[in-house]
Amino acid sequence: MAMQMLPPDWPGNFWAHWAIFTVIILVFVLATVMVFIWFERRALAIMQARLGPNRAGPFGIFQPVADALKVMLKEDIVPAAGDKIVHWLAPVVAFVPVLMVFAVVPFQGGAILADLNIGILYVVAISSVTVVGVFMAGWASNNKYSLLGAMRQVASVVSYEIPVVLSVVGVILLAGSLSLQQIVLAQDIPFILLQPLGFLLFFIGALAEINRTPFDLMEADSELVAGFHIEYSGMKFALFYLVEYAEALVISAIVATIFLGGWRGPFLPPWLWFLVKVGLVFFVIVWIRATLPRVRIDQLMALAWKFLFPLALLNLLITAVEILVFPAVSPWVLVGVNIAIMIVLVILWSRLFKLGGGRVNV
Amino acid sequence: MFERYGLGIAKGLSVTIRHLLRRPVTTQYPEQRLNPSRRTRGNELIWDKGKCTGCATCARTCPQGVIHIVTSVELEENKYKVEKFEVDMGYCIFCGLCVEACPYDALFLGYAYERARYRRGELVRDREELLASEERKPSAYARPQIAATLPKQTLLLDKDRGKR
Repeated sequence: MAMQMLPPDWPGNFWAHWAIFTVIILVFVLATVMVFIWFERRALAIMQARLGPNRAGPFGIFQPVADALKVMLKEDIVPAAGDKIVHWLAPVVAFVPVLMVFAVVPFQGGAILADLNIGILYVVAISSVTVVGVFMAGWASNNKYSLLGAMRQVASVVSYEIPVVLSVVGVILLAGSLSLQQIVLAQDIPFILLQPLGFLLFFIGALAEINRTPFDLMEADSELVAGFHIEYSGMKFALFYLVEYAEALVISAIVATIFLGGWRGPFLPPWLWFLVKVGLVFFVIVWIRATLPRVRIDQLMALAWKFLFPLALLNLLITAVEILVFPAVSPWVLVGVNIAIMIVLVILWSRLFKLGGGRVNV
Repeated sequence: MFERYGLGIAKGLSVTIRHLLRRPVTTQYPEQRLNPSRRTRGNELIWDKGKCTGCATCARTCPQGVIHIVTSVELEENKYKVEKFEVDMGYCIFCGLCVEACPYDALFLGYAYERARYRRGELVRDREELLASEERKPSAYARPQIAATLPKQTLLLDKDRGKR
């Protein structure tokens, strides 16, 4: 691979590198989250034949800023019977891991805070910590709805972690490395083509993990009022709101990196390619939100354990066989084979897929 | 036949993506307004001083009893003089029975709909405040003869068909 790992004029000092990238990541996450909030509200509105926020600034682009200002001026309420320390800690515990994930996401070749050789494992491990913050929030609020929402969140994250990780393993097998940088460098063909089933499973599982529609059960407005953050207001609520969109950003970035070829692409500068891909994935997330209704909790669990999990195992097996037995076959043949396998498997498994026995008649 | 295997989701996605090209149905209210139906029962009552004979039919038909009318006899001209005509719009239910009952077409329901007030007392309308004016147009409810003077109703149906 003749791709340059580090630009020649890159600041070499370790601490300079660390400081620059910490600032870049903070600014990137906060700015992108603002843009995402605006974009989601506008795109969702247009897809629902509405207008969306259009008062603050041209096309309403300052709406997130106005929201942020408003939310900072709000009173911070802690429930009298709540666990005050945990209530305080929860937003921080939820927010920090989301920021930490970006340490290993390459913005372009070499433009990465820490090129960990266990990058994707780190992502999977760290991003799961957020759920602890959410559960703390649900517990500390001393409110049945928030606890219920938090428990649903834990259940869905624990279940969906497995298919997500298993589909990531397929990518790791193909790339031969856990480092996100190496995974991107290995993608002469974007892995979405070589791993179509893996991509599907990863994307569905990721949507469930970050609680986006159709899996947004933990904050199902119609039944749980708002889920785990009912009792939060002011800046603490803003942090949870930020977490929600930062998680969407994480998933967009990870999908862009491990399936869409990261910063690689013709004509445009690499970092722009990365941003374009992140935006594209986020658009699909919004698009899905505009389309699909929310699933029930039993459908959520059944989908994870009876559909995604076995398919992820099969995907892993097929990928391993392809790599071990047919290493010499042209990747484009594998692309066709894998897409065919995906279609057959999805149709077969949809036939087998049944929801649980339902209620028991006594 | 593949609805269960993901085709249903694909169809739904194609519907939502096509909405990107569709014109939004939102009317941005204070700047953009829709014309209500010509026969709308807007939330005000309009009184024609010249046509009113003071017969008090309206006050008798009113189910809420909010029309307060006091008349005196004018002997020279042999007719009633309306001393007081007062409507408590706060209790009016805009049923339009007074308008239908008026034998001299002296009462109208209003065409406008922005008559909210901060105090209940402000809703009690006196005789001068009940007259028709530029802001207080009468609607054609039970008065089809004035329908032609009013603007045509805006139908969102027509707007909806257009592209963005």
